[in-house]
Amino acid sequence: MSPDPPRDTARSTRPHRPRWAVVGERALEALIRLSGVSAILFVAAIFFFVLREAAPILVSDEFSLVQFLFSTEWYPTSASNVRYGTFALTVGTLSVTALAMLLAVPFGLGAAVYLSEFCAPRVRETLKVTIELLSAIPSVVWGFIGLTVMSRLIVTTTGAPVGVGVLNGGVILALMSVPVIVSIGEDALKAVPDSYREAGIALGATRWQLVYRVLLPAARNGLLAAVLLGVGRAVGETMAVLMATGHAVHIPASLLDSVRTLTANIAAELGEAPAGSDHYRVLFLTGTLLFLITFAVNLTADFVVRGIRRK
Amino acid sequence: MIRVPRSRPWALLSGLVCTSVLVSCGGGSGQPAAKPANTVIQNKGSDTMVNVAQVWAEEYRNIAPDVEVEVSGGGSGVGIAALLKGAVDIANASRDLKPSEAEQAAKNTGQQPKGFTVGFDALAVYVHKDNPLSEITLAELSELYAEGGKTTRWSELGVKIPGVADDTIVRVSRQSSSGTYEFFREHALGNKDFRLGSRDLNGSKEVVELVGSTLTAIGYSGMGYATGAVKMLKVAKAKGEPAVSPAVAAVHDKSYPLARSLHLYTLGEPQGAVRAYIDWILSDAGQKIVEDSGYVPVPPDQRPKP
Repeated sequence: MSPDPPRDTARSTRPHRPRWAVVGERALEALIRLSGVSAILFVAAIFFFVLREAAPILVSDEFSLVQFLFSTEWYPTSASNVRYGTFALTVGTLSVTALAMLLAVPFGLGAAVYLSEFCAPRVRETLKVTIELLSAIPSVVWGFIGLTVMSRLIVTTTGAPVGVGVLNGGVILALMSVPVIVSIGEDALKAVPDSYREAGIALGATRWQLVYRVLLPAARNGLLAAVLLGVGRAVGETMAVLMATGHAVHIPASLLDSVRTLTANIAAELGEAPAGSDHYRVLFLTGTLLFLITFAVNLTADFVVRGIRRK
Repeated sequence: MIRVPRSRPWALLSGLVCTSVLVSCGGGSGQPAAKPANTVIQNKGSDTMVNVAQVWAEEYRNIAPDVEVEVSGGGSGVGIAALLKGAVDIANASRDLKPSEAEQAAKNTGQQPKGFTVGFDALAVYVHKDNPLSEITLAELSELYAEGGKTTRWSELGVKIPGVADDTIVRVSRQSSSGTYEFFREHALGNKDFRLGSRDLNGSKEVVELVGSTLTAIGYSGMGYATGAVKMLKVAKAKGEPAVSPAVAAVHDKSYPLARSLHLYTLGEPQGAVRAYIDWILSDAGQKIVEDSGYVPVPPDQRPKP
């Protein structure tokens, strides 16, 4: 680890540094590199351990991967005919997430644009603190709001027999992901250099034209990242959807139907499944599926971002 | 800008006050029991039994202040799974232990689980209080709940719900770790699987709550959970046989078709504090609590002699 003496003398114009400083710097560098690499290490390790718990079921004769992915029949504890089909659960997760994003993206990005470009500094500070507070509400509290307040609201406004379902879960998830989208989106817009704004105004653009033609394209990557983090929040959320979606294994035909999501299903059933049983392994396989869904979303987004950059 | 940082010390202060209040409260109530070295009994399982188990635990503090019973729910399956891992001392179960679970226990710990019947529960079939239906047969329940069943509307049962345009039946069920779920499957559906699409709730109370707020709903839950917003249906074994309403006498003479025993399970013969606790539960004082909680106590001649 000691510095190379000939090279030191070659750069003799530089003041000589004590050995501990050099060693210390190298050690710090190594530590930082380790922290960087550790993220990959952790993701790989989590994937490995989840898959390891699930692996034995994949090679079992009674298990069919096609049935697991595309059957809607989820009967993990049947006395006569055990079936593990997660299609209805996947559809449940996707439908609730899609609705949540449909609501949260326009609101979230709109709020981000307003915060960064249109509002007065004092209003901005108040709003930012409030939004941060919104993101600090625990998910079980959101679930409780869904189960009581939202559910009653849906029953009285739509006349549906039960208020828990896709609509309820979607609205709750949208409320939970908006703060994420707003704070990351606002940062992305703030990161656009002021010279862009000055140039736009100098050319006679109105404020709206500036946002629409200059800032949004310039902050595209950051805004996409904001939306993706919102999607991640929605796909991974467990407690709130467990309470707000009605927890019925069912492919929804309307917004008011009850569904069950992959995450809620794992949360509700993992506690009862004896370690090492088929049911336990299938639940871990469900976890792997969830992992792959998020991975696919992130990867697609990454490709989209690269495509934009190349343009 | 300026107002916000100013408000922070207040938030911090109120947080501190809250915490200190909580701490002092917790300390206050824990004080009498904290004197001698505490024995802690871990007790987990059936959601149906969690209320009565709480009351047992609280009352037992007055009898034996040095024993603390920690009660949690989660479902009979969860409790038994925890017992098999040795994580709890007593598992509450509203269904019988399965042979596979006894095997698992012997494999894991080398001990046989031992069961104690501590009371009975009648599984009530609930509908909204404004539903004109008053009785139902097991066959009708099976048509309604089981896979392959055809009943989806109240009109098919000859029922007209007042003030409702869409009379699709909202089926309310339980999550699959629940003993109530398995008992209902075994005794009402003849071990057929549930039809998918029911609302699977995570607790006995939630079922009654949802049924009570939904005109077109039907659900099943322990009879101890009845409220003013719901109605318990009389249940008949078959068409033409008398429909019986869930009541103490009907549970004892087994004329109510959906009655079940409530059990405590331990690993091997219970010893020491656990033994004393179970004996107390089976005594008159413990059985009085069973009755007060809305369940049916074990008749004195059926209790094991200590």
